[in-house]
Amino acid sequence: MMNVHELAAACGFTYFNGKELEARPVEGAYCCDLLSWVIGRAGDQDALVTVMSNPNVIAVAVMADLPCVILTEGVRPDEKALEKARENDVIVLSSSEPTYATALKIGKVLAG
Amino acid sequence: MEPIILKYQVDGSDFSMAGEASSSVKKTLKQLGFSPDLIRRVAIAMYEGEINMVIHADGGEATVEISQSGVRIILADHGPGIKDVALAMQEGYSTAPDEVRNLGFGAGMGLPNIKKYSDDLKVETELGVGTTLTIQINT
Ligand SMILES: Nc1ncnc2c1ncn2[C@@H]1O[C@H](COP(=O)(O)OP(=O)(O)OP(=O)(O)O)[C@@H](O)[C@H]1O
Ligand SMILES: [Mg+2]
Repeated sequence: MMNVHELAAACGFTYFNGKELEARPVEGAYCCDLLSWVIGRAGDQDALVTVMSNPNVIAVAVMADLPCVILTEGVRPDEKALEKARENDVIVLSSSEPTYATALKIGKVLAG
Repeated sequence: MEPIILKYQVDGSDFSMAGEASSSVKKTLKQLGFSPDLIRRVAIAMYEGEINMVIHADGGEATVEISQSGVRIILADHGPGIKDVALAMQEGYSTAPDEVRNLGFGAGMGLPNIKKYSDDLKVETELGVGTTLTIQINT
């Protein structure tokens, strides 16, 4: 199975936070901007793929124990979100592409 | 293990920072050596309840009792109460205001998530008086 850093390298994602953090395994992805869907349905080895960039997104990643957050469309996290990610050791990646294209890429890479 | 009781005031004014109490409980359970599965269920259920107190009830008080057999979370607020609990428990039902929806909440999934991840959920509520959620999660 791939880890977060391997996935980031293979997909060409850049880092907003956590380049130095422990790389947890990633099994798949959960693509959604509604946070209670994410918290209820994402598996604990799913990367969260979203355009939402507020601190609550980071809180949800922490509570649901997700291996990383991937912000699509080149969206930047706001300062409070970044601060929360640093405090809680959450890896936050950036994809310049839309959510669908990002998910396709992840799917291809994870399928090997 | 002696039961441990933790108490938190949940501030209703800063939505973006909501989740501090859940986050603190998660860290405590980790230090106490509980399983990742139990910790995840507690974190999810408590966070949904905490965020509900902030969004719908202007904050409240959280009491968490930790023992060998599991974790009991009591979330008490003095908000508006819930008119129809059965309806509120349904996936998709939400009265969340637009500014909350813009931040990704208001899908009407919070209470169903709490039910899904807990072993027992009790909702006591009275219109104009407040709401108390008692969530039991067993090891
Ligand atoms: N503590 C509370 N006080 C008053 N009303 C509440 C409280 N908790 C929930 N409710 C009511 O129950 C509804 C459903 O809650 P639920 O958590 O399932 O969804 P939501 O908070 O609206 O959206 P989501 O949780 O998906 O972000 C709410 O929209 C609100 O009307
Ligand atoms: Mg809710």
